[in-house]
Amino acid sequence: MNIPKELLYTNDHEWLKVDGDKAYIGITDYAQHSMGDIVFVELPEVDTEIAVGESLVVIESVKAVSSVFSPISGTILEANEELEESPESLNEDPYTNYIVAITISNKEELKELLSADEYEKICKEEE
Amino acid sequence: MSKLIFEKDIKGSNKFSLPPCDVPQVEISQHIPEKYLRQEELNLPELSEIETVRHFTELSHQAYGVDDGFYPLGSCTMKYNPKINEWAASLPGFTGLHPYQPVDTVQGAMELMYNTQEMLCEITGMDAMTLQPAAGAHGEMTGVMTIKAYHQRNKDVKRTKIIVPDSAHGTNPASAHVVGYEVVEVKSDDRGLVDIDDLREKMNDEVAGFMLTNPNTLGLFEEHIKDIAAIVHNAGGLLYYDGANLNAVMGVSRPGDMGFDIVHLNLHKTFSTPHGGGGPGSGPVGVKAFLADFLPIPVVVKEADKYIFDYDRPLSIGKIKEFYGNFGVVIKTYAYLRSLGAEGIREASQNAVLNANYIRNKLKDYYYIPFDRLCKHEFVASSRNQVKENGVTTLDVAKRLMDFGYHPPTVYFPLIVEEALMIEPTETESKERLDTFIDALVEIAREAKEKPELVKSAPHTTIIKRVDEVTAARKPVVKWED
Repeated sequence: MNIPKELLYTNDHEWLKVDGDKAYIGITDYAQHSMGDIVFVELPEVDTEIAVGESLVVIESVKAVSSVFSPISGTILEANEELEESPESLNEDPYTNYIVAITISNKEELKELLSADEYEKICKEEE
Repeated sequence: MSKLIFEKDIKGSNKFSLPPCDVPQVEISQHIPEKYLRQEELNLPELSEIETVRHFTELSHQAYGVDDGFYPLGSCTMKYNPKINEWAASLPGFTGLHPYQPVDTVQGAMELMYNTQEMLCEITGMDAMTLQPAAGAHGEMTGVMTIKAYHQRNKDVKRTKIIVPDSAHGTNPASAHVVGYEVVEVKSDDRGLVDIDDLREKMNDEVAGFMLTNPNTLGLFEEHIKDIAAIVHNAGGLLYYDGANLNAVMGVSRPGDMGFDIVHLNLHKTFSTPHGGGGPGSGPVGVKAFLADFLPIPVVVKEADKYIFDYDRPLSIGKIKEFYGNFGVVIKTYAYLRSLGAEGIREASQNAVLNANYIRNKLKDYYYIPFDRLCKHEFVASSRNQVKENGVTTLDVAKRLMDFGYHPPTVYFPLIVEEALMIEPTETESKERLDTFIDALVEIAREAKEKPELVKSAPHTTIIKRVDEVTAARKPVVKWED
């Protein structure tokens, strides 16, 4: 299971990469593996404001349709439109292929997120 | 795979001759303006009568229904549909009716609708019922619109959310969303039931209602249903019953007594009318008396000894389907209810529960059963151990079941169980039938250990072999081109 050290994580198998005032968000290797072949990604509109826990993206795999909930609040700056054409890239390389970039409106929220080591423990427990 | 009917086209093979016409022929352009007339030729295949019959007969052989064999589709109650229901629905007195006929001339049909409403009220513990919704999700939408109308009537307009459990049918959040609500998910606890603390935390004066299936999609009865009802009601919300799993409790316990305010039923599941083949469904909605004024118009009511359509209901959410619902399905339901009677309905549920528990017990040494305790009419198994050992997934097990002549169960639902395999045998199956099904699943578990490749490449004996579901979903071809 690939869990890059430099990223932050959530209990719901999302990763977050802080880049100045913005953060890139994607799904983890564990998430793509358990979802199976991803066939469709429904991206949000850029400039949408979003709060913690609100649905950010909908991902459809051959097994199920799942919502990805926002780990932080902010405004959506970018949506990775390449995923609309090639959703399989989330299976192939979930860490290079981010889903959205979002402004960090409250740095305190980052403290709630998990380190790679903490996240690895959660994955082990779920297995 | 069979050819499409367009590929069987033989020009000129559908010619026919008619006797001379005894009225003068007229040109169509004399009656219909030029701009409405089709210019290019109609692209329809030309086939003789016998080739057309053969084409559709061949297709019918490739379908699989409950009349072909065991169909343990969890969450969908694919029970046997007694043929007497079909007889009743095809009686000329019913099939010859027109929905615009004056009510005086259709009193029998209206009596049947009224009595069906009454019986469904009795079974669910509700006070009023509409037969109008076309199917389950349409019933859900009608129910959620009723919730909205109720709060609006009370000028309680800050309620913008509907709660659903994380084990809910996908239609619940979808219906709430369609009616304009924000969906909030409540977690399941480690016993597979609604997490009461999480519900308490999420229930507040912004929540319009809570949509719940009982027994839930794991086939488990929500033991704390009275507490759940109190939490929802004390915060001013309404409790909605998704009737998808009523087959587990009908005639035994009633949603109305559990504290539910609104229910929808799936006549095409629970009350033995065919479904799954694109045929019409029926999703009646029942409510407690304090919500009766909001039901869709018209409502069939009895005045003295006459049945009428009551349109005079100013608080009604309006009409939600043309005419009065899928009447043919209602006839089948009426026939089913009257032929089983109160005792029979109760016994049907008891046998459905017994059958599910029998299979669960027989399978637990071969498959992981996440909630291995007394279930209701269905249970969830998992291929988790098979995945770990040899990479054989639930999808593979389901595909392999087709080689044994069974329709696969529901897979990968509910979402909270990994590698879920959701089995609902229904009451109409004999012990012998259940045993052969169990044998097949036990054999597949052995194959998963000894020859996993056989299972992973299944099905081997069906007309269509393993399909590429990934490409089908990513790059669907939805149109035939020559």
